[in-house]
Amino acid sequence: MEGKKLAIIATKGTLDWAYPPFILGSTAAALGYEVQIFFTFYGLELLKKKMDLKVTSLGNPAMPMPMPVPVLMQALPGMQSMMTSMMKKKMKAKGVASVEELRELCQEADVGMIACQMTVDLFDYSPDDMIDGVEYAGAAAFFEFAGNADICMYI
Amino acid sequence: MADFDSELDASGLNCPLPILKAKKALQGLASGQVLKIIATDPGSVKDFDSFAKQTGNILLSSGEEGGKFIFFMRKA
Repeated sequence: MEGKKLAIIATKGTLDWAYPPFILGSTAAALGYEVQIFFTFYGLELLKKKMDLKVTSLGNPAMPMPMPVPVLMQALPGMQSMMTSMMKKKMKAKGVASVEELRELCQEADVGMIACQMTVDLFDYSPDDMIDGVEYAGAAAFFEFAGNADICMYI
Repeated sequence: MADFDSELDASGLNCPLPILKAKKALQGLASGQVLKIIATDPGSVKDFDSFAKQTGNILLSSGEEGGKFIFFMRKA
């Protein structure tokens, strides 16, 4: 797949939604694609040096639960942290890579990571909070790459 | 299919790790050398076939032995 290009826009910052951009980005790179991921809004969480990603069942009735928990109880303090740690445990047991590991594999494979400058400013994030090698740019820069991409996804 | 130059045990790892680790292992080999890959992820059977088709590396064989999937791949 030499010469092919994959452009991804990553907009979500939860533990579950962190997987698709990094899985697809690293795999495409392994297949020979040139890959760029443009992180915007909550997707910027995925560029932080210290990722603190959580998963929640609120608003997501499809999330499998070991036992049924009423929605109001799911909103109680501590529930989100508990669900996150249960999810992480399950992932580890099943041999699913951590988000950190997949991100490192993307970096090693020269996957381009672009942070949306507008949302970095909007949320008062500092480049000091972000991993090294991130570029800061806007929509026009995304199209410079995506305009020639074979595949473009919005996640 | 016993001859190989390097072996990668990806047992217990799930998608996409077996592919990513195999890609790395192949990078350390010379063209024509053979990598043996052991995996337990059932999805890896179709994935290694697709990986070979897209990268030009040759999947010499793909089989199952005692609940594990064994692949031999020759580097392009």
